[in-house]
Amino acid sequence: MSEETSQAAAMLPEVAQLIVAALNLDLDPSEIEPDAPLFREGLGLDSIDVLEIALVISRRYGFQLRSDDEDNVRIFSSLRTLAAHIASQRSG
Amino acid sequence: MSHVPLLAHASLDEIFAYQPSGPVTVRSFLAAAATLAERLPAGRRFLNLCRDRYRFTVGLAAGLLDGRSSLLPTSQLPATLRQIQRQCPTIFCLCDSPFDGPFDSLDLPRFDFPDLPIVDPEEIDGIPDIPSELVAITVYTSGSTGLPVAHDKSWGSLVRNARAEASRLGLLAGPRHSIVGTVPAQHMFGFESTVLLAMHGNSPFWSGKPFYPQDVADALQAVPPPRMLVTTPFHLGIVLAAEVELPTVNRLLSATAPLSSQLAAAAESRLAAPVDEIYGCTETGQVASRRLLVDPAWLPLDGVCLQREAHAIVASGGHIEVPVALADEIELLPDGRFMLLGRNADVINVAGKRSSLAYLDHQLTAIPGVVDGAFFQPDEASPESITRLCAFAVAPQLSERQLLAQLRQRVDAVFLPRPLWLVDSLPRNRIGKLPRAQMQVLYAAHAAHETHQAMRP
Repeated sequence: MSEETSQAAAMLPEVAQLIVAALNLDLDPSEIEPDAPLFREGLGLDSIDVLEIALVISRRYGFQLRSDDEDNVRIFSSLRTLAAHIASQRSG
Repeated sequence: MSHVPLLAHASLDEIFAYQPSGPVTVRSFLAAAATLAERLPAGRRFLNLCRDRYRFTVGLAAGLLDGRSSLLPTSQLPATLRQIQRQCPTIFCLCDSPFDGPFDSLDLPRFDFPDLPIVDPEEIDGIPDIPSELVAITVYTSGSTGLPVAHDKSWGSLVRNARAEASRLGLLAGPRHSIVGTVPAQHMFGFESTVLLAMHGNSPFWSGKPFYPQDVADALQAVPPPRMLVTTPFHLGIVLAAEVELPTVNRLLSATAPLSSQLAAAAESRLAAPVDEIYGCTETGQVASRRLLVDPAWLPLDGVCLQREAHAIVASGGHIEVPVALADEIELLPDGRFMLLGRNADVINVAGKRSSLAYLDHQLTAIPGVVDGAFFQPDEASPESITRLCAFAVAPQLSERQLLAQLRQRVDAVFLPRPLWLVDSLPRNRIGKLPRAQMQVLYAAHAAHETHQAMRP
């Protein structure tokens, strides 16, 4: 496992907790499966949620998301991809 | 037949819009529209799904040159697109992105915005006239019967609306403002306050639609001052909260839901710029404006008049072609201004998207296996925090997950219930109605139960 991947894996519970808190979701953070889609049939998030999560990320980790950052759709495709993006931005 | 020019610009060499590659002149825009007009497939109406504001406007203009209408769906839900296809069988989609978001253009014929090697801009010798009666766009609202309702807008009335707005905001005289909009061109407010203001309001727009706060800052930075930001209360709240460094913004325009005085005050103090709001709806176009920190009452646009008729407040005059009964609760003031008191209980507004409880209930109960069902809107905490809908369904053979999958095909994501509760029956009264008080009791019981569950060790 590369260092970046292991950092991202270590962040999964923290980012799950962040999503649940940012969106007031009625579920336990551990119920968010790392590879399940965050949109549509997974957690069912939409663009409003993405902005709410982005705001919490900017406050907690000190960086702003941009639409031209890599592939924006990919960043929010699952808990694992989001944690990986945060890990790379805060360490980079 | 009377005519109105496609654009109000005095010179072909004025700047019409800004793209990442640089400014676009009126001449180049007209050349692109003329080229596209020659290439569009047959059919009098098309769905203009272009995400880029400039390409959307080239598509609109190409249609107008050829007597065609752009259809602006508020959502690209499969159920909505199929309904539109039933109403206009020769429909095609003008698209500019291989990825159309969570919903694609289905099996509708699709025409991809071409790379335009273009009619030579030097051949353009003037701004064309468009018949004022031509239906320029058709916009949709969610009807109470569960079918989208089409509203046709003539080119003449759209231009009158844009000029009334630009005149109210003081954009016609003085320096040209560069517009950055976070709202899509397909949304009525975005259409009027970015696309039409560039065409008839002396204000070139930025071609993109910035999303994250940093995107908004970057887009503003990419256009010359003076700048006007066109956005919604929700997006404005997020941009201010993110505390990104913003270049000078000279005006701010907000619509889709009223601003709170706290947010208006925070925005004016942070940006050192006036914050104006527009009130309107799809049926009327823009009705009135206000600057909340100066006066909480709304002043109708020039020529527009509100009157009480029977049980409704009706807007007419100016650019409004047919008098329209407004869906909000309104108090008329003696001098013609008015106060917005609240929404009609059936009207739903989530983050600026509108629907009605009747429409959403219809979509829920139309799902095979649903015996009964109803949406419920809990009381709002504040205008900037988004209060989601919840729903109750009686569907003994279906799981919550199956129901949500079905609803996702029929209802815009912002209206999806959070949560959806399966129940044995709904508290209908003797005449089959669901009184809000009874729904409130049902909601409180389920919400309390969830809290209790969540608190268990």
